[in-house]
Amino acid sequence: MKLVDEFRDPALAQRCAESIARVVTRPWRIMEVCGGQTHSIVRFGIDQLLPSQVTLIHGPGCPVCVTPLEMIDRAIAVAERPSVILCSFGDMLRVPGSRSDLLGAKSRGADVRVVYSPLDALAVARTTPNRQVVFFAVGFETTAPAIAMVAHLALSEGVHNFSLLVSHVLVPPALLAILSDPEGKVDAFIAAGHVCTVMGLDEYRPIAERYKVPIVATGFEPLDLLQGILMCVEQLEGGRHEVENQYARSVAEHGNPEARRMVESVFEVVPRKWRGIGEIPESGLGLRGAYQGLDAEHRFELGDTRAEEPAECHSGRILRGLEKPADCPAFGTRCTPEHPLGATMVSSEGACAAYFAYRRPVA
Amino acid sequence: MTPSPSCSLPLRHDTVQLAHGGGGRLMRELIEQVFAAAFDNPVLAARHDSAVVPVEAARLAMTTDSYVVDPLFFPGGDIGKLAVVGTVNDLCMAGAEPAYLTAGFVLEEGLPIDHLVRIVRSMADACLESGVSIVTGDTKVVDRGRGHGVYVNTAGVGWLRDGIDVRPSRIRPGDAVLLSGDVGRHGVAVMSVRAGLELGTDLESDCAPLAGPVRALIDAGVDVHCLRDLTRGGLASALAELCLDAGVDVEIDEASVPVHDAVRGAAELLGLDPLYIANEGRMVVIVARDDADRALQLLRGCPVSSGSVAIGGVSEKRRALGLVSARGAFGGLRPLALQSGEQLPRIC
Repeated sequence: MKLVDEFRDPALAQRCAESIARVVTRPWRIMEVCGGQTHSIVRFGIDQLLPSQVTLIHGPGCPVCVTPLEMIDRAIAVAERPSVILCSFGDMLRVPGSRSDLLGAKSRGADVRVVYSPLDALAVARTTPNRQVVFFAVGFETTAPAIAMVAHLALSEGVHNFSLLVSHVLVPPALLAILSDPEGKVDAFIAAGHVCTVMGLDEYRPIAERYKVPIVATGFEPLDLLQGILMCVEQLEGGRHEVENQYARSVAEHGNPEARRMVESVFEVVPRKWRGIGEIPESGLGLRGAYQGLDAEHRFELGDTRAEEPAECHSGRILRGLEKPADCPAFGTRCTPEHPLGATMVSSEGACAAYFAYRRPVA
Repeated sequence: MTPSPSCSLPLRHDTVQLAHGGGGRLMRELIEQVFAAAFDNPVLAARHDSAVVPVEAARLAMTTDSYVVDPLFFPGGDIGKLAVVGTVNDLCMAGAEPAYLTAGFVLEEGLPIDHLVRIVRSMADACLESGVSIVTGDTKVVDRGRGHGVYVNTAGVGWLRDGIDVRPSRIRPGDAVLLSGDVGRHGVAVMSVRAGLELGTDLESDCAPLAGPVRALIDAGVDVHCLRDLTRGGLASALAELCLDAGVDVEIDEASVPVHDAVRGAAELLGLDPLYIANEGRMVVIVARDDADRALQLLRGCPVSSGSVAIGGVSEKRRALGLVSARGAFGGLRPLALQSGEQLPRIC
């Protein structure tokens, strides 16, 4: 398949891994930020091609995984109102809240629908004017432009029965939180290529400078990841700490200006709680100004519910790169995709789910 | 079995009425003008409470399945074709020659009659293609809002020739695993209609009867150890079930499994694994390694299985339960376990 197979060539991958082995002289810990990258790394066994000095740490860039427990509870509470149709991306449906998940709410009679795009949710609102349609807006900078576009359309068309339950988060504040964690030991970042496609590289420069840490915007295919790792190792070995762009076929220096303008016109930066990590200042997006009328939390007076994570779940330490999934005593025993304790076991991009799918011993 | 022109309208109504299931004149009209016209055969023509059929073998294979697919019509098929093909294929997987089907319909009040006619005609076409007859049936009508247009149940019987013994417990370490074509078409075709995905291709469901290739193997005297059609859960789930049931391990080479570019593209886009996407016209064939080449030649001679390939082999189980693993292009082995529920499309 064009634009995929070229980046999955095993022989080229082997050569790239050999280049890394030639350059490396010391142990380095490199964090891939995005869950899509984690999935690729584990699926293709990229980490197993690397020299022993290079350790990959799996970062917090899985939107499903970092959506806080109480947000799932709120989504369920809205969905259970008889007048409401809750539309969501598919992989949110099995994420456990404090008592249930959205699939459970659906089986109890809630109208929960999987959509592939927020535009589909708006279309549902247009065709069912006598019901309230709520879209569960979850994601990073990658999905924010599409959500912003839908908010813009809903407001300009006056679609009164449409609202958004927003739990959007931003990557750079999460990197800052990881770097300022006294337990954290990350030497370089593989930044999420799709986030950078929207936002560009500008906001990473102060982080690289302040913490003396290389950051390489990187794609998602095996060769992308290996090249991104090579660029990180070359910087680390050379004593450099720059922002570089491995994913130049998609990422422009300043991102996608049109998409950024759309996001900035609809959203403002707000503090946001991250599942397993806690509240990070200026780490999320909330609706701004006139768009606040589309906020489902206000429209349905959801209030300020709080919920505690199950103590047994180590997803917080896994999302901060302090542990690998197999370090958790519940992994694969009391926590499986059928009975997940935490969200990292649910989404295909969650580190625990990726390890469960690809790394259980087969011999 | 050939759909006769007399099954065309006019009926008195252009949508299904509750009375069409009420046992009166409207019901008779529906049966005569829609069902009997399309499924016409001597057994059905007896118009008796039960179908009376001659039995042509000492052993019968029996199976039943209910069909609730949404949407009712999808590229490459519809619920009617699926209802015949699915049950026919289940009979074939026992090594049986499919013979007779029953058809039960649950119709929702308000279903357009022309939709029902399309569904019934495609059932008749699928019967013709599979060499089976629908010999008895049933119709119920439920209130509007209590069904999804139409649900279909079919049950089937088939004949087993003497000496044919096809079942999971005959799978042996050393056997070869063959696959009858590319995977994932049905799931993606249905998903593309359901989600309104524009895939920029005319990808169709693989929905097709497998009676031809199974007959070819059995007629040629190939000792088929096991057959399994790939349905929901795809190739990975079918193999995982066989491993658990037979107490063996299977290892496949992921690169050898054919996947159409449009299926790969959709799977990449939605975060789905093609090995777990649904099929309706594909099967795995497990034979002794020495029979693999001959079986492949026979399979490739049938249009529905012309893309057959060898994908792996069976070995002794190494753990408490049998396990499937796939070797990827980068050399790693990954386990293919039964899924927990459906695959859910990802966010980004």
